[in-house]
Amino acid sequence: MAKTKALLEVKGLRVAVAGNEILKGVDLAMGEGEVHAIMGPNGSGKSTLAQVLAGHPAYAVLAGTVRYDGKDLLELDPEERARAGVFLAFQYPVEIRGITNSYFLRAALNAVRKNRGQPELDPIDFLQVLEEKLKAIGWDDSMMNRPVNEGFSGGEKKRNEILQLAVLEPRLAILDETDSGLDIDALKTVAEAVNQLRNAERSFLIVTHYQRLLNYIKPDMVHVLADGRMVRSGGPELALELEARGYDWLRDGAMVS
Amino acid sequence: MTGIEAHVQQPYKYGFVTDIESEVVPPGLNEDVIRLISAKKQEPAWMLEWRLKAYRNWLKMSEPHWPNVKYGPIDYQAISYYAAPKQRPKLESLDQVDPKLVQTFEKLGIPIEEQKRLSGVAVDAVFDSVSVATTFQAELAKYGVIFMPISQAVREHADLVQKYLGSVVPHNDNFFAALNSAVFTDGSFVYVPKGVRCPLELSTYFRINASATGQFERTLIIADEGSYVSYLEGCSAPMRDENQLHAAVVELVALDNAQIKYSTIQNWYPGDEEGRGGIYNFVTKRGKCAGRNSKISWTQVETGSAITWKYPGCILQGDNSIGEFYSVAVTSHRQQADTGTKMIHLGKNTRSTIVSKGISAGRGQNTYRGLVKIMKGAEGARNYSQCDSMLIGDKCGAHTFPYIDVRNSTAIMEHEASTSKIGEDQIFYLRQRGLSSEDAVSMIVNGFCKEVFKELPMEFAVEATRLLGISLEGSVG
Repeated sequence: MAKTKALLEVKGLRVAVAGNEILKGVDLAMGEGEVHAIMGPNGSGKSTLAQVLAGHPAYAVLAGTVRYDGKDLLELDPEERARAGVFLAFQYPVEIRGITNSYFLRAALNAVRKNRGQPELDPIDFLQVLEEKLKAIGWDDSMMNRPVNEGFSGGEKKRNEILQLAVLEPRLAILDETDSGLDIDALKTVAEAVNQLRNAERSFLIVTHYQRLLNYIKPDMVHVLADGRMVRSGGPELALELEARGYDWLRDGAMVS
Repeated sequence: MTGIEAHVQQPYKYGFVTDIESEVVPPGLNEDVIRLISAKKQEPAWMLEWRLKAYRNWLKMSEPHWPNVKYGPIDYQAISYYAAPKQRPKLESLDQVDPKLVQTFEKLGIPIEEQKRLSGVAVDAVFDSVSVATTFQAELAKYGVIFMPISQAVREHADLVQKYLGSVVPHNDNFFAALNSAVFTDGSFVYVPKGVRCPLELSTYFRINASATGQFERTLIIADEGSYVSYLEGCSAPMRDENQLHAAVVELVALDNAQIKYSTIQNWYPGDEEGRGGIYNFVTKRGKCAGRNSKISWTQVETGSAITWKYPGCILQGDNSIGEFYSVAVTSHRQQADTGTKMIHLGKNTRSTIVSKGISAGRGQNTYRGLVKIMKGAEGARNYSQCDSMLIGDKCGAHTFPYIDVRNSTAIMEHEASTSKIGEDQIFYLRQRGLSSEDAVSMIVNGFCKEVFKELPMEFAVEATRLLGISLEGSVG
């Protein structure tokens, strides 16, 4: 871990939603270019962690700190975090009627570019950028002129999230159960795109219930979250162990380790 | 984020008052006042008789209270029925318009000096009870298009006015239409001759300035056989604590194969956050597709007024005629709107389309009320209606009252309705992609209204998008 520059550092994070404490003191450190997986049983707080890092207003931070790229992440509004390179691929992407995917994506990219001090792109320049990105991940532009997520199948919605990731070029990409609801072919397509997008500066935090996504996206680290606490961290082999033994094994014994 | 509802509302941008010497008739309504208005407009006797007939009918009518809106009683004797800026009685050219008036309209984005003209748009500017300038009249006359204040048309084109005035909205049609017929002061008159495609967009901008007055304009548009015209109206008023009445009548007549496209961007002062002040917008608008294959299309973007009561409709008399209604109505703060359309199918194979988008924010109440009536002889009539409501926050309301009356079994009717709510999750999604919460709301709302905005002429679609952004600014936090 010491080889890479730190990108994200979560310390003692306690979070409540609607008065219920969900995260009860979470620590996590990620370096630039690293891929970390967060696994855990349902209700362990995995998605809460993803949402809190992105700044969802429904979650109240009770204690703890989050440093991102040298900044206090918790001080920033959701849009400021996004512009600073924090991207959340949603588990349930919302639909926006009447707004095409390409219009939306250009507005988002321009908001991010403005923050980076780059000029905004007009529709024609944007189309070029988009084509390059689509080519890089091997997808076509069939989703671009449809309204954002409207009438999309579950798989299309997840692909659309990854496409946005590709265009917005975040430094920290959080994938919240991107594998849920995907059949094996769709899962492979998404995983291949994510692998294309990996690079030395970009880190991924992959939240997942199942190990199968990690067959395709190889993590540097695997963390297990249970009942609001990180109960175990390890290499990729930890995911396989979980797959074989289930989560109960950790719930009972691992707290002591 | 402090939750939906939080932001401060951007103040109404058009709320200034022009300090200009005006001639205002003392408040009150009686036959003498009507005679005075008629005399000021130098009207022929038939016009005065028509007004008086309307007034006598009005006295026997009562104010309608079936709309889903609440307001205190209106004292019709406390309103002044005529207010006009003092200026030279007859203007030889537009250069002679009082500079204060020119400035007023310029401030509103409506240049009335032709050298600063809006490209491709002729404007009739109405200030309180009078039209102060009409641009491009000479240019239009080359095509035989008549575009002038209705008071001038009463004098100069009596044959046309007499033939069509009241032919779509009779003098006793309803309480507010009868009142308008008695006291109407100015408005636009348009006649497009046979086979002419009007070369410019025509538009009228209505400005209320004087206090304690009402504005009662009347617009009459006639599209002769095979002609086409696109017309747009805009409106605004100063911010005042008292309510002001605006009771207009618009009549459209489309003859065989003619088309009229009528667009409205209504931005009357909506009152303040507590519901003080604002315009009562009680308007009767109706078009008659009198001829075969004729088409009338209403597009409205309603963001202003304390109370809106209007149902722009179409009487589809000619066989194969088409009526359309595209509407965006926004109620914010304590605004109330009861608006929709009436499509009356008389002719064979007549078609109508209704697309209504209601947006409620703050404590706004938004009601869609629409009637689709298929008469016995309307063989093969079709209607498609779509009513969508969007709620922003949890203190506002959306209501839908569709009335359907079908008397011919060959009719095909479709009705779709939806209600949605802008939620924190939707806004969060867009913010997570880098958009500010204002931009997020604006994007969601504009997407919701897209089917209506695409019907507006290009320049006005931009204006409508901007206006919608302003009226909703602050309704989401």
